[in-house]
Amino acid sequence: MSETNTKESTATSVLSADTTKTLRDEPRGRTGWSRILLGRDAIMIYALIATIVVAMISVPRFASPVTTGFLLLDVIPVLLIAMPMTLIIITGEIDLSVASIAGLTSASIGVLWQAGFDIGLVLVLGVVIGLVAGAFNGFLVAVIGLPSLAVTIGTLALFRGLALVVIGDNAVANFPPELTGFFTSKLGATGIPTVMIGVVIIVLAFGVVLHFTPFGRGLYALGYSPEAARFVGIHVARSKFWLYVASGGVSALAGIFWTLRYSSARSDNASGLELAVIAAVLLGGVSIFGGKGSIPGVVAGVLLIGTINYALRLGRVSDVVLIIVTGTLLIASVITPSIADAIRRRRHDQRLRRSLPQA
Amino acid sequence: MRDDTPGLESPPPPVLSLSGAVKTFGPVVALADGTVEIRPGEIHALVGENGAGKSTLVKILAGLYHPDAGEFEVEGRPVSFRTVADSKAVGISVIYQEPTLFPDLTVAENIFIGRQPRGRLGLISRNEMRAQADRLFERLGVPIDPDRIAEGLSIADQQIIEIAKAISLDAKVLIMDEPTAALSGVEVDRLFAVARNLRDRGAGILFISHRFDEIFALTDRITVMRDGRYIATHDTAAVSAPEIVREMVGRDIAQLFPKEPAEIGEVVLEVAGLTRAGVFADIDFEVRAGEIVALAGLVGAGRTEVARAVFGIDAYDRGSVRLLGAQVRARNPQAAIDAGMGFVPEDRRKQGLVMDLSVTRNVSLTLRNTLARFGLINGARERREAAEWSQRLQVKTGSPDYAVSTLSGGNQQKVVLAKWLATEPKFLIVDEPTRGIDVGTKSEVHRLLSDLAGRGIAILMISSELPEVLGMADRVLVMHEGRITARLDRADATPEAVMHAATASMEHSA
Repeated sequence: MSETNTKESTATSVLSADTTKTLRDEPRGRTGWSRILLGRDAIMIYALIATIVVAMISVPRFASPVTTGFLLLDVIPVLLIAMPMTLIIITGEIDLSVASIAGLTSASIGVLWQAGFDIGLVLVLGVVIGLVAGAFNGFLVAVIGLPSLAVTIGTLALFRGLALVVIGDNAVANFPPELTGFFTSKLGATGIPTVMIGVVIIVLAFGVVLHFTPFGRGLYALGYSPEAARFVGIHVARSKFWLYVASGGVSALAGIFWTLRYSSARSDNASGLELAVIAAVLLGGVSIFGGKGSIPGVVAGVLLIGTINYALRLGRVSDVVLIIVTGTLLIASVITPSIADAIRRRRHDQRLRRSLPQA
Repeated sequence: MRDDTPGLESPPPPVLSLSGAVKTFGPVVALADGTVEIRPGEIHALVGENGAGKSTLVKILAGLYHPDAGEFEVEGRPVSFRTVADSKAVGISVIYQEPTLFPDLTVAENIFIGRQPRGRLGLISRNEMRAQADRLFERLGVPIDPDRIAEGLSIADQQIIEIAKAISLDAKVLIMDEPTAALSGVEVDRLFAVARNLRDRGAGILFISHRFDEIFALTDRITVMRDGRYIATHDTAAVSAPEIVREMVGRDIAQLFPKEPAEIGEVVLEVAGLTRAGVFADIDFEVRAGEIVALAGLVGAGRTEVARAVFGIDAYDRGSVRLLGAQVRARNPQAAIDAGMGFVPEDRRKQGLVMDLSVTRNVSLTLRNTLARFGLINGARERREAAEWSQRLQVKTGSPDYAVSTLSGGNQQKVVLAKWLATEPKFLIVDEPTRGIDVGTKSEVHRLLSDLAGRGIAILMISSELPEVLGMADRVLVMHEGRITARLDRADATPEAVMHAATASMEHSA
């Protein structure tokens, strides 16, 4: 430590400008690395890698280039919607209407396309419908201040109902072949779907917003303590409102992807997807109580669930078992940290009891 | 004074005695030697700086913590608590600073919850419950309607209800953990009357407080703790405040309230005609550069509400707030911050800090917009700024990455100050800046405020501690029921003048 430190005997002198020199002494050790390598995100990534390795060894036909393509196409809707969902859950709220928004978008673009609109316009309108639906959620939750669980359970039913009103029991399948072809196309010989480029851009955008912008910093504070967040000038209502709008927009994109991948616009597209998304987000380390979580962890969580599902399906495991596995994983991911904590505490107590003088 | 002279009559055996209690959390030793002995019919003060282990000791007595070692006896019998219920069963009751009653139940229901008096057919007898509650309040000499819903009761009344509950449980030992921190002068007097009443009926009372005037006015003996250890127990009549302070801090504290004269400059904050219907009305005042203006008054007089409106947390109906001549937008804290305001709120755990975030993240919360370049936060600069300000304020923490919840109260308050000073404000509101923090840190905070004023920052200080108001303020504004009832210069600000304006506005306006 430098000599300037000796001056810091009182708060008064510390405030004088000349002590800024001591800043260079600030320890910036390697502790950061071990934290990253042993952190929650890292453990999720290890689990993902281990799962992939085990699947490659034990599941026949898993280790093939086709796998990458199908696996990714399968997880894209969940991965997309998981992005805004992560931010919303970090602020301590939830959005259960995402899959219904995707369904409403799917139904709407089907009807609009059949009515003879230009396909470009149809897709733009699809996104606009998602944004409006999200804004409706945002208005009720952020502006009016209603509980998000109740609001989005309501809009889950409402938007799905609207989808049914829009398209009825019909399915629209005659989308332009070059467009549906694009949505299932691969990047050269890699087996990676071309649309992954767009997905990666969206994931990166959410990652940057959450981890590197003032807005993202505000979301964590908001999730832990809305009151304290207001005192530092965070616009609580405004932030939440825009998150719901983003959630609606991204859900619409997922709906468009779903429609064009399967070349089928139906009112029940993507139904039940909200639970898969929330399970993946929680598995990825986001706290349902708000304030905690990261985009890398969530991406690993989504891919982990996707890989396990795909591998089990390849291994001819029935869908019922798949659901059981996903549910079990989710519960395990939630209780593991608390069990680890309890073990650590017990060990410490035992060590302490031994070190105490025996009376 | 009570007769405690040894030799004449040996003191009664203690109703509760804890000796050599140890409690650790991970590597942290919260309590190394927790020792206290409470006799029946005495009020016993427990004093120590924050982090001295008082709260841990109380939690052991309450059955919330199980000590790792030590001896614990109640009425001469060794006890070991697993739960709070065990502690209650042997007659120990704890009254917390801010009690948590069930807001939707009535006062009587709160007192008898889980053990309501039964009538015929085993149903709850409301009449019997009400009668018993009335008898309790009569004994305490405090009129509270047992049928009133608990919601909206003052903290002082809630404490009285907790005390009533304790008595109805035949509590032999009553522990009061900083009960007066949120009370006004009259309410403190009433609480003391209740405590003396209980003592005279033979209860042992453990009283935890940072306020020396209260300790010397109320208690019979004082136990001092420091750094998790028992230091000494004295008869209150036989010691002086400076002696106790010396034992608490292990050093002499020169002076508690050292506001130094600063050059008073231009008007920084100008509040005119600020009104919010039913809360405060026609608030006019200004704060100049280098000046500390104190807003004094009883709890509930509207002081914090005025500060919140000025800072844009709450709306106001009429009036204006100007900073350096420019109008500040209403109801927009970010606009207030951009204009150069800072606000150290009264409740640092709920409003001042995000307890689960790290020290760094807390300090950088106010800076998050200025730290960003092209919309992205510069992480290295963030850590540097946070380290700089926590170092300047001497925040004691193992690592800037630790959650602020792991810090002591005094250090938490320094983090709150750090995050606002880092914005280099021109005007700073400090609401109860030293509530619940220890003597050593308290004088550090006072020195700091004085120093900030010396650098030309205009400061509005809200405080319920009269010595703090009188020692620190250049001018004192006294509020009563939403209005400013007195404006006193430093020279005229006597305790009598302030208390008079705070309690009896009618006579004073003449």
